[in-house]
Amino acid sequence: MTWADTLLLLPELIAATGASILLIVPVLGGRARGHMAKWAMLALMAVTALAVIGSTYAVAGVQQTPTFRAMFAVDAFSVFFKLLFVVVIALVTLLSEDFLSEERYSTWEYYSLLAFALCGMMFMASGVSLITIYIGLELLALSSYILAGYYKNHEESTEAAMKYFILGTVSSAILLYGISLIYGVCGSMRLSTIAAALSTMLSNDALMFGIMLLAAGLCFKIAAVPFHVWTPDVYVGAPTPISAFLSTGSKAAAFAVFARVFYVAFPAFHLDWSNVLAAIAALSMIVGNLAAITQTNVKRMLAYSSISHAGYSLLGIIAMNEMGLRGILIYTMVYVFANLGIWATILMLRRHAYAGESVEDFRGLHKRAPFAAFSMVVFLLSLGGIPPTAGFIGKYFLFAAAVQAGFGWLAIVAVVMSAVSMFYYLRLVVAMYLEEGSGAETIYSPSLRFVTALSLTVTLVVGFIPELPIRQVIESSSHLVGRVVQR
Amino acid sequence: MTGLLTVVLFLPIAGAILLVFLPKDIPGPIKGGGLLVSLLTFLASLAIVGRFHDGIGGFQLVESHAWIPQWGINYTVGVYGISLWLVLLTTLLTPVVILASWNSIHKHPKEYVISMLVMESAMIGAFLAMDLVLFYVFFELMLLPMYLIIGVWGGKNRIYAAIKFFLFTIAGSLLMLLGIIYLGFQQVHLTAGGVPTFEITQLYGLSLPPHIQTILFFAFALAFAIKVPLFPLHTWLPDAHVEAPTGGSIILAGVMLKMGTYGFLRFVLPFFPDASIHYAPLLICLSVIGIIYGALVAWVQPDMKKLVAYSSVSHLGFCVMGIFAINQASIEGSILQMVNHGLSTGALFLLVGVVYERRHTRMLADYGGIARTMPVYTVFFVIAMLSSVGLPGLNGFVGEFLILAGSFQTHPGYATVAAIGVILAAIYLLWLIQAVFFGPITKDENRSIPDIAWNEIAAVVPLIIMIVWIGIHPNTFLRRMEPSVQQLLATVRGEQPEKVMTASLAAAATRSPVAQTLLSVRSGARMRGRQGLSVGVQGPKGAQTEVSVLRVTR
Repeated sequence: MTWADTLLLLPELIAATGASILLIVPVLGGRARGHMAKWAMLALMAVTALAVIGSTYAVAGVQQTPTFRAMFAVDAFSVFFKLLFVVVIALVTLLSEDFLSEERYSTWEYYSLLAFALCGMMFMASGVSLITIYIGLELLALSSYILAGYYKNHEESTEAAMKYFILGTVSSAILLYGISLIYGVCGSMRLSTIAAALSTMLSNDALMFGIMLLAAGLCFKIAAVPFHVWTPDVYVGAPTPISAFLSTGSKAAAFAVFARVFYVAFPAFHLDWSNVLAAIAALSMIVGNLAAITQTNVKRMLAYSSISHAGYSLLGIIAMNEMGLRGILIYTMVYVFANLGIWATILMLRRHAYAGESVEDFRGLHKRAPFAAFSMVVFLLSLGGIPPTAGFIGKYFLFAAAVQAGFGWLAIVAVVMSAVSMFYYLRLVVAMYLEEGSGAETIYSPSLRFVTALSLTVTLVVGFIPELPIRQVIESSSHLVGRVVQR
Repeated sequence: MTGLLTVVLFLPIAGAILLVFLPKDIPGPIKGGGLLVSLLTFLASLAIVGRFHDGIGGFQLVESHAWIPQWGINYTVGVYGISLWLVLLTTLLTPVVILASWNSIHKHPKEYVISMLVMESAMIGAFLAMDLVLFYVFFELMLLPMYLIIGVWGGKNRIYAAIKFFLFTIAGSLLMLLGIIYLGFQQVHLTAGGVPTFEITQLYGLSLPPHIQTILFFAFALAFAIKVPLFPLHTWLPDAHVEAPTGGSIILAGVMLKMGTYGFLRFVLPFFPDASIHYAPLLICLSVIGIIYGALVAWVQPDMKKLVAYSSVSHLGFCVMGIFAINQASIEGSILQMVNHGLSTGALFLLVGVVYERRHTRMLADYGGIARTMPVYTVFFVIAMLSSVGLPGLNGFVGEFLILAGSFQTHPGYATVAAIGVILAAIYLLWLIQAVFFGPITKDENRSIPDIAWNEIAAVVPLIIMIVWIGIHPNTFLRRMEPSVQQLLATVRGEQPEKVMTASLAAAATRSPVAQTLLSVRSGARMRGRQGLSVGVQGPKGAQTEVSVLRVTR
């Protein structure tokens, strides 16, 4: 380990240091200046983003730079996700502004927890050893448990935090058990060493059990059926900006891990695990979309929709081909921005906790806030995968990957369920444009406006000129795909 | 001028974007602007006809730019005999619709005009796209404006109708998307770097194994059958039409339904020729059921608009029957009938809208004898009705005659039954005329209805001119589609690529039983791709003989 190695860790170090500073500011007398916290947090995000970009120059020309005994690596894949995470956290910061000032909760600790979560997510993206990944995941999870319960005067929020905590801990334990079994069989935590060991090995029960437990743990994080039950309650109970974070950043991080672990470590047993994951994906799409139809609470509907989107994304892992991996990257990005935009609109309608949650609150929105209503339509279409929005590009790659890999039936389930999903996405469009009447009042702060505008820009740009993002995604994932082909 | 097609395609959307910046409260300039843009588009589309070469069957005025090069998706547009007149129908109907809605749309006129223009671009794009993914994008882009047109400006039950329309269509088209992806990846291994191709001219040469063809055939056919709509997938149509505003109905019946029939011609037949021939009787049967069923249901409708809507089911049935009869006359008739139906049904919806504006009812029982109060209106209505019935000298006759004559060659039984549909059409439409226009005036409100207004006349006259033109001189239109139809038929029958092979084999067949066997598996042999094919044949003495034939590419 040299200084250069430490430099590769710079973004994580900055995030962790920044988080610690944010935590002690109120102790040093900053409590009174709560409004400063947002700017401090945004500055921290800017510096972190610069460090992430800087770290790419440090490894220019090299596919992957493993360091710390090959437990941590900087590569284009991790940089892609880290930048996405930084942007998500920055946008969640903007989303949180009104909530925090309205509810008079302490701001510094809140942002500190978000920064810690970011640190964990970045470790997840860069982890090339199961133990690094696990620690990153725990850091993210612990921060999320607290954030979910941040609405501490509300029963629902506390309940959500407890549910999330208990189920999350159990899933972590399952994940850890899976890791230990895999370690037992392969004798290593490193993904590349595991892959090498597996390539000469016949299928055995302990290994399969380990992989399945690992997959189950990760499926909990991405909220795939049957590990999804926590999602609706937590999304509804948690403070809305945190629901936004859980459904975007936290899921994106879990997908980064899912993709890396399965593409790097387990291609050798693809045949064995792909059918199990295919069943999980199909169930997620079916249960998520069907359950979403009956919801009248928008947050709950989004929770079920996010379950179904976990199912779509899983197609990319099941397919195990170039297209699939790229599909996961691009779909994650597309999904994150569309979702953040929707959460921004919900926040706009919220007043003291409960408005903005029922479909009726959206009634006649296009008269009161035409821009918000229009963007909302674009986001909903993007989630539904209708061209020319970004969601179409994302779904296109995932479906194509599944068709290419011979999972035609899964692709059919996916498209049928996409059609079903339009039903409940359209309900919001109907409420906003076609139904008369007054819904909730709107408070459209500049921060929310910014989040909406940025998400809208990304959603439309990726939809209309997908060439650029696709090139980026190819660059970010080609070295992982290489490994699959080598096999 | 290069880029003519791109101009026609994007002019309406460009106009729509400009309109966004106009203030809401000046409906006059907004409608005027929309009309101007759509008229300019129409003029530009006339230039397409001017530059179109009659004798060529392939695509013309082709433009191609990379769009998503990594995945072989291009912006490629081109026009050929089959799409030419449909593009013109679209550009003609849009100004007609804007004119017709001049005084009837009071709520959000700006958004209405913008939706119409976006719709126009999407429809033109779907007709022109030569790349499957591009086609799909335009195909889906049509949904949202139409959904809004029905949902915002529609009648009482509009939300239900809008959602039903949207879900029906999207369910079919998403399955088609899978088919598109699958097709695109068929030739991946043939190109450098494993890039798929969605260029339809390249996919036309592709010959797929029969079972794959069957699956893909149904994936595509379902999407288009919903759009047509073919019996029994038609249930969304009456709802959508009844609830849609007049302009929406005209566009829906006039152009959008043609996406389905056009899709059959452009994609289903040439991509999956074996499956199309094999399942043609099924589709013909469904369309004949649609013809009779649509006509019978139209007969008993008390609501004028519903009557016209069900007559669409019946008329579009003729189009699909013509397509799947797979011969020159029937397909040409079918294409012409698509245009005819756009004109005559467009005119009928427009005219129904005219009286609805004045009386706010569409029930037949509420009218009677209005020929006396609205003489000019009556003339237009009767012409449009006669065109729909298929009176010789007007356009409907030419189309239906060609379809029936062509179908009679291949499927005489079905053609005979379908001919009954023509008689039924005469019955229900004459019944409509009788009930609305003639007889004594029973309702006092009908004594003082103002006759058709200037903007409505301006909207309907172009349609009447076209109705008469096609009826008297159909060759203007048929001449330009003929080469493309011939080429389509050649592709479906697999003649061109295999002509040489078949001939040489036929010569050899007299000598060798192996060649005889090969000749008989000709259709099966199509499946193997372009460079060559090898077929294992059991020789006469039980020995496995490998025969390789180099396939002649076009």
